[in-house]
Amino acid sequence: MEQTQQQSQQINELHSPSVNQEDIQQFLTFIMDEEEYGVDILTVQEIRGWEEITAIPNAPVFVKGAINLRGTIVPIIDLRLRFGLTSVKYGPLTVIIVVKVELKVGSKIMGLVVDAVSDVYSIGQQQATDVPDISKSENAEFVHGLVNVGDKMVVLLHLERVLNLLRETEIDLLAG
Amino acid sequence: MSIDLSQFFEVFFEESFEGLDAMEAELLNLEPGDLDSETINTIFRAAHSIKGGSGTFGFNSVADFTHVLETLLDQIRNGERNLENIHVNLLLKSVDCLREMLGALQVEQEPDLTESNVLKAEFESILNISHGDAQESSSPINSKSLDTYQVDFKPLHHLFKTGNEPLYLFNELADLGECSVSSDLTDIPDIHDIEPDECYIAWTFFVETHENDTKIKEIFEWVEDDATIKITLCGGLFEDDEPTLEQDKIVEERNSEVEVEVTSVKEATSEKNKKPTKTIGESTSIRVGIDKVDSLINMVGELVITQAMLTQLGEGDMTENKQMALKEGLAQLAHNTRDLQESVMRIRMMPISFVFSRFPRLVRDISEKLGKEVELKLIGETTELDKTVMEKISDPMVHLVRNSLDHGLETPEHRIEAGKNPVGKVTLNAFHQGGNIVIEIMDDGNGLNTDKIKSKAIEKGLIEESASLTDDEVNDLIFLPGFSTADAVSDLSGRGVGMDVVKRNIHALNGSIDVTSERDKGSTFTIRLPLTLAILDGQLVTLGKHTYIVPLISIVESLQVDLKQINCVGGGVDVLRLREEYIPILRLFQIFNHTGAIEELDKGLLVIVESDNQKVGLLVDDLLAQQQVVIKSLEANYQKVDGVSGATILGDGRVSLIVDISGLIKLAGLKRAGSQKLAIDKSILESG
Repeated sequence: MEQTQQQSQQINELHSPSVNQEDIQQFLTFIMDEEEYGVDILTVQEIRGWEEITAIPNAPVFVKGAINLRGTIVPIIDLRLRFGLTSVKYGPLTVIIVVKVELKVGSKIMGLVVDAVSDVYSIGQQQATDVPDISKSENAEFVHGLVNVGDKMVVLLHLERVLNLLRETEIDLLAG
Repeated sequence: MSIDLSQFFEVFFEESFEGLDAMEAELLNLEPGDLDSETINTIFRAAHSIKGGSGTFGFNSVADFTHVLETLLDQIRNGERNLENIHVNLLLKSVDCLREMLGALQVEQEPDLTESNVLKAEFESILNISHGDAQESSSPINSKSLDTYQVDFKPLHHLFKTGNEPLYLFNELADLGECSVSSDLTDIPDIHDIEPDECYIAWTFFVETHENDTKIKEIFEWVEDDATIKITLCGGLFEDDEPTLEQDKIVEERNSEVEVEVTSVKEATSEKNKKPTKTIGESTSIRVGIDKVDSLINMVGELVITQAMLTQLGEGDMTENKQMALKEGLAQLAHNTRDLQESVMRIRMMPISFVFSRFPRLVRDISEKLGKEVELKLIGETTELDKTVMEKISDPMVHLVRNSLDHGLETPEHRIEAGKNPVGKVTLNAFHQGGNIVIEIMDDGNGLNTDKIKSKAIEKGLIEESASLTDDEVNDLIFLPGFSTADAVSDLSGRGVGMDVVKRNIHALNGSIDVTSERDKGSTFTIRLPLTLAILDGQLVTLGKHTYIVPLISIVESLQVDLKQINCVGGGVDVLRLREEYIPILRLFQIFNHTGAIEELDKGLLVIVESDNQKVGLLVDDLLAQQQVVIKSLEANYQKVDGVSGATILGDGRVSLIVDISGLIKLAGLKRAGSQKLAIDKSILESG
């Protein structure tokens, strides 16, 4: 239900005739399992190389642990595991994208482990296409929209949802 | 031009609360009969500021209430009335009431007026009685007939910048009696030269009033430094009636303007009320002495210089001379950094008098209620401790002081019987010892009744009847949950939520509490707290490739296990028998779901830790160094992790997690319910 509301709202936005400068958004894209994903560049704090991570006890499998970001403790989330993809061994190209997201509980800084960083695109709202009906897929809620850049397709992520599920897993853990 | 006053609200509230604190402190100093004019002046000034401020910000309920309070204070100040005990009590009550009203306003709620209306009525009844008195007895000036004063008010140009609004003064003046005004516009410069926030107008008033000129002076008291004010007594009526009427009109018009403004403010506040009320938790700002800030700035300056020096050294090739200088520079940098860290820590430090200062009032109220005479002595008020610690220690201390007053001190009759001074003595003492702050709460009452505590403990099943305990051990029983020896539940204490809560709160601050007591001589509670919550003494332990930190304060001992001492209680829980105690063993790697750690009990080390009177043994691979660690929040960017109280950063930059012992025990109990709990309970019984 909420999903469809969200979609219709998006459609409305897409069909609005005026093209403002504000409609242009910049996205940082990264590669994971040969797919290209994009996040709003304004949420990105920095990009770091792979480093040793301190494990957090009893954390969900996709939470790899925490690192020290100049005095702040930042949890690291493996996006591959988050999306249920097969995990790969971390290599020299593996990077951590540090993002700041506004969750209901306040703003949080977290790190995302991805295969490699790709590019920065400026994308107008017009270019983004609606999410096809993949609502049966459990990852559908993470997808904010799809966009074509050249002959590539980029999946724009709904970061708040990607990172907010921590809460639910917590509940799951307790229930299990 | 409308200025958004709401940006000053926070300042107003802070100042008002400070004013109230000052009033309270001074009121407690007041001895009826012996009137110190400086003291009463301080109280009066505080009340006056609150009244002025709340009027300006449109908090009329507060302003109205403060007004009656001020009237009474004014009469006392002028010697028209003698200060009596009921006045002090009433004023103290109204301080409480004002605090509540302002508190409500601060969270954008409409204050509850029932209390203030009751108090207001009391004030008014006192004022009315005395009005008769005062007029008959003391001041002949007051009862004199109508006089006309000419008031020349010529503000300096910067009047507005000092936050004064002449209109309020004029309205107050108009309250005194028939008033007329003419303004002098000659000072107004050419339109191009006008600064919109300066005052160019001067006024002349004619006031026909029963009051004397001091009343008029008082109105202008706050702008004395920002204006020239001349008050002269002129005889008879106004000479010219015509302009008076016109000017009256002006005043009236202005009055109506003010009213409009006030209502708009009211609307605004009611609008705000519709918003979900936000709660204000612990105060978010602190006042820092300018000396502390100065020293910080100095240090940052030093740091910048050192950094510049190092940069210079880093340029070009490295020679041997340079290397020496570089080493020196690095040493200096280390020194500077340490100094800087200390100074930053000092900013959070505040004198403990912030907590102590609330006790005179508390002791006064309680001793009055209990009919006991008490002398409160405060020692070491300037001892500094961390602000967060201070905020959290105040409730436990209040509890302890209440206990001392209620249970510790005897009634005057009993004290005389026992050959003691009828006035009981409670002493609060704070001092530094090592890296800790120690707070002692001493009373010279009857001490803890060990027999009574023991029989109560047996009755509640906390100890065995046959157990032989030393007096100190018996005294420690009062910290057990559900223990209260008070025969009757009183308003003050004895509700069973007592010392165990105090102990838990203090433990939450990584502190400890002890009690020593001597029969008929009194008892002493000693609280030990770390100076700051930001730093913790930790023991580094390893679990496979993971490093954890166990708070040193909770470690009892560490040992290698002899398998002969291990008993396996049903359900797979191992229990270590150590000097007649049975200590359940928690395999830390199991609880934290780590692999690669040592699993055999005799190969690893056992760290015996204690929390909430439960001892458990934690199986770890190895002990590393002990070191001070800076506590960082894991929750800030992640979420609460059971069994972990926070994180820190080790010397090599890695993150390490701090083990939360009581959380760990809970976590272990949750995972393996039943048998574990039994074992722990049993061990308490045996050890207790």
